[in-house]
Amino acid sequence: MGEATLYGLCGAALVGLGLFGLIVHPQPLRKILAFNLIGGGVFLLFGAIARRGAAAGFGGDPVPQALVITGIVVAFSATALAVALLLRLFQETGQATLHLDG
Amino acid sequence: MSLALDVLTIVAVSAGAFFFLAGTVGLLRFPDALSRLHALTKADNLGLGLVVLGLLFQPEGLFAGLKLITVWLLTLLAGATVTQLIARTARPGGAQE
Amino acid sequence: MTDRPLALDIGLAFLVLGVAVWTIAARDTFAAVVGFVAFGLLLTLVWARLAAPDVAPTEAAIGSGVTGGLLLGASTRLHGTQTPAPGEKPGAILRLAAAALCTVVSAGLAAIVLLLPEPAPTLAPQAATNISATGLGNPVTAVLMAYRAIDTLLETVVLLLALVGVWSLAPDRVWGGFPGPRHHADPDGLLPFMAQLLVPVGLLVGIYIFWVGSVAPGGEFQGATILAAMWVLAMMAGLVDAPAVSRRWLRLLLVAGPAVFFAIGLAGFAMAGAFLAYPEAYAKLLIVTIEVPVTLSIATMLALLVAGPPERALR
Repeated sequence: MGEATLYGLCGAALVGLGLFGLIVHPQPLRKILAFNLIGGGVFLLFGAIARRGAAAGFGGDPVPQALVITGIVVAFSATALAVALLLRLFQETGQATLHLDG
Repeated sequence: MSLALDVLTIVAVSAGAFFFLAGTVGLLRFPDALSRLHALTKADNLGLGLVVLGLLFQPEGLFAGLKLITVWLLTLLAGATVTQLIARTARPGGAQE
Repeated sequence: MTDRPLALDIGLAFLVLGVAVWTIAARDTFAAVVGFVAFGLLLTLVWARLAAPDVAPTEAAIGSGVTGGLLLGASTRLHGTQTPAPGEKPGAILRLAAAALCTVVSAGLAAIVLLLPEPAPTLAPQAATNISATGLGNPVTAVLMAYRAIDTLLETVVLLLALVGVWSLAPDRVWGGFPGPRHHADPDGLLPFMAQLLVPVGLLVGIYIFWVGSVAPGGEFQGATILAAMWVLAMMAGLVDAPAVSRRWLRLLLVAGPAVFFAIGLAGFAMAGAFLAYPEAYAKLLIVTIEVPVTLSIATMLALLVAGPPERALR
């Protein structure tokens, strides 16, 4: 399955890109974005494995696909909580940074 | 018969793709937000309409064709509304009512 | 889907990576968020190419749509605070070290992808042989609601816990109040007009996608997201106000889905001998009985997660 390996490699690259953004950006909102990129990469890895498992008349193995759907929903709930925490931090301190002095 | 339908599909979808391309060129080359919005909506609505028209020639059944047309109409509605909203804030006087 | 030419896939993969690089490298946070939304929509195309017609709409709706809306709202509120102070930006050494680490991680994952066993192990044959017992036609829905129903139950609980976490961030004086600012509907305005046209259609489409998920691509999460989006649109257009988080009907609506799911799970002990086991004759009926309140609950949870913590006090 050529496209499964291709998108699997794409997912591996996305995990690395997201990890770089997570480490390098000081702003929390950019870190949340990078974290979602890591999530997208991991889901693509699952998708590649699912595509390789095509059998019995299905285009892909349905179990990893269902896991990805669950993962997308859970990633959204984590992002929503993280964004709410960030906005509350901004409300309290007037800045949106993790490097608070004093 | 199916060859003729396939040719019609290819012609219509290619014309639609050309309009998408024209809209993207307008997005990149026009000087300000309002003219870019103009290029985008005119080109993309007609582009999507031609793509949907091309796909209607493929035999998928009445229900699938109606779904495609519904997609196009919903995109028209969303695109028109969002364009108006963006244009109101982007015009030189700002978002005065 | 075998032996398709790879040119489209190569182009799409490069486009996905390019937009991801843009999301990381953009200076302006708003531009990065827009890049992220585009990234999500391109991922939807990738899922379609990976023969996953249930994952693609979920990625478009939740991964790109709701998450993008949330992040756009946050980036607008935080506008002006997003330029890092000079002392905060990492130096060249940290960047090089991070790049080296990330390259090692990516290379490791790429090696795993290239060294995956051939022939690929798969559960598809077992999913196919047992699907007639569930009464469903969509294998992914069968996995979500029958084979791995415990995961779906816990997922709804996780969403609920995230919502409770978001609500707990309200300041004391607005505790239990109304989420978000009050949007006023200009009667001749554009957004109320579009909402009045779109919400009925959206509700119909959402219910259809939920209902058809038992035999075709679709399902409760995709349908629930569309219903949630219609509620958020109505709130943003000012047609309805966000409900106060202390309202009992709202809390009952939120808990109904997980509660029914859990109750039917417990009943599985009596009916078929294990938690969340369905007797074969009633499997489809039980699954639909679970799915309807779960869809409503998840739609409510998603809409309220977008609305955020309370900001206006109960009078």
